[in-house]
Amino acid sequence: MARIGVFVCWCGVNIAGTVDVERVAEEAEEKISNVVYATDYKYMCSDPGQQIIVEAIKDHRLTGVVVASCSPRMHEVTFQKACLTGGLNPYCMEMANIREQDSWVHKDREEATAKALELIRMKVAKVSKLEPLFPIRVPVTKRALVIGGGVAGIQAALDIADANQEVVLVEKEPSIGGHMAQLDETFPTLDCSQCILTPKMVQVAQHERIKLYSYAEVESVSGYVGNFVVRISKNPRGVDTEKCTGCGVCVERCPVKKIPSEFNAGIGSRSAIYIPFPQAVPNWPVIDQEYCTYYKKKKCGLCQKECAAGAVIFDTEPEFIEEAVGTIVVATGYDPWEPVAYGEYGYGIYPDVVTSLQFERMTSASGPTSGVLKRPSDGEVPREVAFIQCVGSRDNVKGYPYCSRICCMYTAKHAIIARHKAGAQSYVFYIDVRAGGKGYEEFIRRAQEEDGARYIRGKVSRVYQDGKKLIVRGEDTLLGRPVELRVDMVVLASAVKAKSDAGKLARKLNIAYDQYEFYTEAHPKLRPVDTNCAGIFLAGTCQAPKDIPDTVSQASAAASKALAILSAQELTREPLISVVDPLKCNACFSCREVCTFNAIEEETLRSGKKVSKVNPGLCLGCGACVSACRNGALSLKGFTDDQIYAEVNAI
Amino acid sequence: MIRFGYYPGCSLESSAVEFDLSLRKVAPLLGIELVELPDWNCCGASAAHSINHLLSLALPARNLAIAEGENLLELMPPCSACYSNLAKANYELLGSPGVLRQINQLIEMNYQGRVRVLSILELLNSIGIEKIVSVVKNNLDGKKVACYYGCLMLRPPKVTGRLDFEQPRGMDEVVRALGGEPVSWGFKTECCGAGFSMSKTEVVLKLCHDILNNARANGAELIALACPMCMSNLDMRQNAILKRYGVKESLPILYITELMGLALGFPPEELGLNRHYIPVTTI
Repeated sequence: MARIGVFVCWCGVNIAGTVDVERVAEEAEEKISNVVYATDYKYMCSDPGQQIIVEAIKDHRLTGVVVASCSPRMHEVTFQKACLTGGLNPYCMEMANIREQDSWVHKDREEATAKALELIRMKVAKVSKLEPLFPIRVPVTKRALVIGGGVAGIQAALDIADANQEVVLVEKEPSIGGHMAQLDETFPTLDCSQCILTPKMVQVAQHERIKLYSYAEVESVSGYVGNFVVRISKNPRGVDTEKCTGCGVCVERCPVKKIPSEFNAGIGSRSAIYIPFPQAVPNWPVIDQEYCTYYKKKKCGLCQKECAAGAVIFDTEPEFIEEAVGTIVVATGYDPWEPVAYGEYGYGIYPDVVTSLQFERMTSASGPTSGVLKRPSDGEVPREVAFIQCVGSRDNVKGYPYCSRICCMYTAKHAIIARHKAGAQSYVFYIDVRAGGKGYEEFIRRAQEEDGARYIRGKVSRVYQDGKKLIVRGEDTLLGRPVELRVDMVVLASAVKAKSDAGKLARKLNIAYDQYEFYTEAHPKLRPVDTNCAGIFLAGTCQAPKDIPDTVSQASAAASKALAILSAQELTREPLISVVDPLKCNACFSCREVCTFNAIEEETLRSGKKVSKVNPGLCLGCGACVSACRNGALSLKGFTDDQIYAEVNAI
Repeated sequence: MIRFGYYPGCSLESSAVEFDLSLRKVAPLLGIELVELPDWNCCGASAAHSINHLLSLALPARNLAIAEGENLLELMPPCSACYSNLAKANYELLGSPGVLRQINQLIEMNYQGRVRVLSILELLNSIGIEKIVSVVKNNLDGKKVACYYGCLMLRPPKVTGRLDFEQPRGMDEVVRALGGEPVSWGFKTECCGAGFSMSKTEVVLKLCHDILNNARANGAELIALACPMCMSNLDMRQNAILKRYGVKESLPILYITELMGLALGFPPEELGLNRHYIPVTTI
């Protein structure tokens, strides 16, 4: 005979304000069968609240517990632990959600009280049928996968490797470094971006515990926390990296030279066989098949003839590699948004209207002008530069409603650099200046006070050309007046957007993403680097726009989360999985058809009969196989037909 | 022949007669049959929406209901302001069944929301550039044309569904089809001052001067447009603008349909070109 205890929580006034909790407890004990004890308490999740449960289990020899409080998403684990402390199997506990599903959504006290009792009655019926379950233990593959080799991926990989664990780092581009390698100086300290990044890039390449796959992509991911299997495709590079010495003769000799350079944001050009930038890691060239004459027409082959090492191979097929890992850090970064929707700013029409990333390359010492700020149209040094912020950010109509977070700061930096490197006067059009970081507000002040940047609060309505000048028309909303400026260059602070293939990767990893395709953290405050998929963590701008300090912090956080998994000898998993009753199974394997986790295996009984079997390491307990089984041979532990019927019939 | 509902609006019967004349000449050659709405009424112009919102919906709604009744499910008002009023009203009526019911009670008709309102640009683009090229007789011979779209033909984007509302290309393509050379310039969609023509003429003179100036600076020999209000500000007021800002060269202003008429071989007087303040004899 089941002996159930019911514990009704007030949640302060959250529940007690609408539900008569005392009466619920009284009536539960009196009227619901199997209930041998019921009580109420102001905060059941608090220490004294949990103690009530612990003691009641012992005092009343409870075989099951129903906590009537909030959502199980909130406190299921809390109360499971309390049950364990009291000596009860934690899977003999259920929560009746009388907060989100009752007190928060109803006004009438009588009706809400009655509903609370009904919800408890259902859970008591189910708990009466529950059986003790025990966590599943699985081994851990002691290796981490880091996807993306920007500053986030670099930091995460180094942190994990420095903690004596192995790392597989996969980067889509020919070199690691990401967008940070493209930057000139960094706010708010103006230290050179490459100077602080390239040593880390080299560290990655030389680290004995980091295996780097550049120019490679994650093809598919299977398995589960502790035991993922990752298929990686290495794109045909055209160059045998075993033989290549990185001398660069092939790059010099390549006759196809007018290709817009991705690294220089389209400002400079590169050849068909190229090394993205001099400090690239790894420093092997790659052949762009789209432009290479040999790939297109089977002619030329100059690079192959000139290569003393015989490293140019013109391969065409990707190479596939499988790696077993225990945990995954996703650090795939962002794409800068192309501001073509802003026809009024003339981007793509007037050569001297550029994006911030292009401006960054124009002032960078490693850029096409070797750090001399020259405007693209005629190579003259600009005397006056207008910066337009929020191009595509905070704009529901043409761009994205969110704030890209970094533009206020890098625009102030650009204004300072424009003064330092070209003696130029800057004008900054802004909506608000968002400078909430350490040393950030002071940095904005510095741009304004020391480097004379003029800040104009308002949006620009039009940019057009008048001879050699660009006319910028806008509004100064503080003065309530139209503004018209004659400048030499216009820089658009274009939005940070999710990687164009972010959704595709998320579907491979089975992680959630938002409407802009930024990856979703498990909890916006309390689990900011976890995903909804156990063992997969987020770092950097793939989760949301953020600056370098925040990216690096998050990368270290993700690394420590990954290390927590790698440092365990074995992992425990929820036992709420499917099981097969071999007596009922007739081996039709409909279950295997519907299982998206490949958890259904084939087993031969001693009698020679073939039946299906659930791999407890792979099953995530979704229940699809249970519905698919015509014989009713499959059941989901903790949610058996018997238990569910009991729950439903109790209403 | 493709049948379109034709809503001339008051301008095309008064200040913009040449817009109506030229459009009616050009349309049949392009395979367009224009069926004028019977018993049409004012679209509300610039007055209704500043006085009474319901009135600003009811006036266009009556025209939409007539078009629907005549099974003219694609309605084209050439005047930009008429287009804007009809399209905006249609957008609001389609978006809200409650408003539609209320307006139907007011106009004592039963508009179902089946009419699509097209601007003249959408009409020309839907006919297709190849069609226009095929009927050109007097090629414009590389004439440099600044295409001026004005403020209402493409905005607001949620009503017009246009993504190119700041850097439109549609009229430029038509001009190219006629053998002209559309110039790249910065004022395609700037405001001409519109209704301030009467109340704050100074403002209109400045705005129109900027437009003319930018067109000239980018090498335009004439401006093509499709809005009677823009026409009156740029053409009728141009002599005052030239005087005010001490500019000598005037710039002819033509409706896009007049320009088409010339390229399609109609004599200028049949298109109403004699009605302009700035002579267009040079073309």
